Amino acid sequence: MKALVWHGKEDIRYDTVSDPAIEHPRDAIIKVTSCAICGSDLHLFHNLVPAMLPGDIMGHETMGEVVEVGSAAGGTLKKGDRVVIPFTIQCGECDQCRRGNFSVCERTNRKKELGDKAFGHATAGLFGYTHLTGGYPGGQAEYLRVPFADTTHIKVPDGIDDEKLLFLSDILPTGWQAAVQADIQPGDTVAIWGCGPVGQMAIRAAILLGAEQVVAIDRLPERLSMAAAAGAITIDFEQESVVERLNELTDGKGPEKCIDAVGTESHVHFAQPDTVLDRAKQMLMAENDRPHVLREMIYVCRPGGVISIIGVYLGLVDKIPMGQAMNKGLTFRMAQAHVPRWTGDLLRRIEDGQIDPSFVITHKVDLSKGPEMYATFRDKADGCVKVMLQP
Amino acid sequence: MPLTNITGITRSEGDPRVEHKGPSSLSGADRLARALGWFSVGLGIAELVAPGRLARTLGLEDKEGLIRAYGARELASAVPTLSIDKPVGLAARIAGDALDLGTLATGLHRDNPKWRNAAIATALVAGITLLDIAALKGVKAAHRREPGGGRDYSDRSGLPKGREASRGLARKDFDIPPDYRAEGSVADAVPLLPSQA
Repeated sequence: MKALVWHGKEDIRYDTVSDPAIEHPRDAIIKVTSCAICGSDLHLFHNLVPAMLPGDIMGHETMGEVVEVGSAAGGTLKKGDRVVIPFTIQCGECDQCRRGNFSVCERTNRKKELGDKAFGHATAGLFGYTHLTGGYPGGQAEYLRVPFADTTHIKVPDGIDDEKLLFLSDILPTGWQAAVQADIQPGDTVAIWGCGPVGQMAIRAAILLGAEQVVAIDRLPERLSMAAAAGAITIDFEQESVVERLNELTDGKGPEKCIDAVGTESHVHFAQPDTVLDRAKQMLMAENDRPHVLREMIYVCRPGGVISIIGVYLGLVDKIPMGQAMNKGLTFRMAQAHVPRWTGDLLRRIEDGQIDPSFVITHKVDLSKGPEMYATFRDKADGCVKVMLQP
Repeated sequence: MPLTNITGITRSEGDPRVEHKGPSSLSGADRLARALGWFSVGLGIAELVAPGRLARTLGLEDKEGLIRAYGARELASAVPTLSIDKPVGLAARIAGDALDLGTLATGLHRDNPKWRNAAIATALVAGITLLDIAALKGVKAAHRREPGGGRDYSDRSGLPKGREASRGLARKDFDIPPDYRAEGSVADAVPLLPSQA
C-alpha cells in the first residue's frame, strides 16, 4: 500500500509499504477514505521528539471503511462499517478509561516501559506519534490496522461528507476539550492563543458554550479572518501588544479564561526576545519547548482564572513564572484530548447543524501530494490552515 | 541523524515495512543546506583541533588563535544550518565565508612561501561561498510564504445557525462535567464577612 513515511527531519516520503494485517483478535483493518495533517505532526516533521524511527508511518486523523475484523472485535464492528478513528487508542476497561481519561489509558501503549521512563507513567497508545506512545503505524496511508478496534472507533452514518466527520478524530474534540477544561461560563472573556486548526475549533466551542467575548490571537491575516468569521475579536500580535489589548477588553482585569492552542513551537521573532532565546536553546537541545504563550497567559490572566493548555508540549520548559501563577491563584487544566468522551455529543451537534468542521479545510489533495503539503502547511504558504488527504 | 539510532528503539514485529521509497518533502536546496551544515561541522572540528597545522599549511603561522576561533564560529553556524532555521545558519555561513576570504587574502603575496596553498584555499572558499549563496536563495524560495497568501476566510464561520444564534447554544443540553469545573459553586459556600452579615 501507499503511505506517508517519516525518514528524518523534514523528510516525509510517499512510500510503498507492506500491507497491515490483523495481529490480535481485537484488531480491525480499515480502508482509509480520508485523513489529515495535524499541527502536532509538524513537531515530528521537525524531529523535536527523539523517538521516531525512519520508516514510521505518519498520521493520527483518519476515517474510512472497515474491511477486516478480528474475532474479538466483531461484537461492535462489521465489514462495511463507516468509522472515524480517534487518535487515542483505548481499551475501555482500565481504571483511566472508566473515568473517561482515554488519552491516558493504562493498557494500550505497547511500549509501556519507554513511556514510563519518559513520562513517569506511560500514557495511551497513539497512532503515528512516536515510540513513546506505542510506535503504532499512523493513518496517512491507504489502510490502517486499528488495535483495540472494538473500543477505538466512532461509527458514523452514511449521508454526511467525510469533510464534516473526519475531524471527530482529533481537532474538533481537542478544541472542545480546550473550552471545557477552561470551564467557560456565560459572561466570560476567553482568550485563545493560536488560530491554527485546534484554535479555530476552540473558538467555535467557546462560542457554543456561551462565552461573552472570545479573543483570538495570531499573526497570520487569513487565520485571523477565519477566527473573526465565527465572531471572535482578533489580535495580531505583530501589530499590537497582546497584554494591553486584552486588558483594554476586560476593563483592566484580564481574561477569566485563557486557552493555549499553540504549544511547543511558539512563533519566534525579535520583538519577543524570550522566543529567540528559547529557539536557540531548543537547537542546542537545552530546552524542548518554546513556552512564550504560556508565559504571556500566566501574566495576563485574571487572578482566580483558568489556564487551559491543549497545544502540545513535549518535555522541559524554562522560565515559567510560577510565582505569578501561584500568587494569582490560577487553575491549570491540560491533557491530550480524551476523544471518545466528547465525540457522541459532537457528532450529534454536526448532525443538528450546530457546527460544520469542514470550514477549516483549505487544501484537499491526493495522498501522493502529502510530502509537499507537509512543507506547505509548515511554511503556512498558500493560505494553508488545514490539509485533508485522500488516498 | 535520528537519535533513535542510539536509544535502541525498535519497530514492532508485524508493522508495515518500507518496500519502495517515494518522493520526499525535502527540496534540493534543503539537501544542499544540510550538506553544507555537515561540512561546517567537519571544518569547525578541524580548525578547533589542528589550528597550528592549518596555519602552517597556509603560511599564516601568526593566525593560529584566529583559526581556532573560526572553528568555533563554524560549529555555531552549523547548528542553525542543520536545524529548520536554515536561512539563519546559511546567512551566518556567508558572513563567515567573507571573514575567511579576508583572512586568506593576507597570505596571498609572494613573500608567503605557502602562497599557492593560500590561493587554492581561497578558490575553495569562494566556491563554497557560491554554494552557500545558492542554498540560501534556494531555501528561501522553496519555503517562501506569500503575505497572507491572498486568502480571506471571513466567510467560513463553521457555525451554520449563525454567529449570534450559536452563542451559548450548547448550554441548553451540555453542562461542564464536574471533574472539569474550576469555579464550581464555591461562592455560595463562603461565609459572609462581618460587614455583610
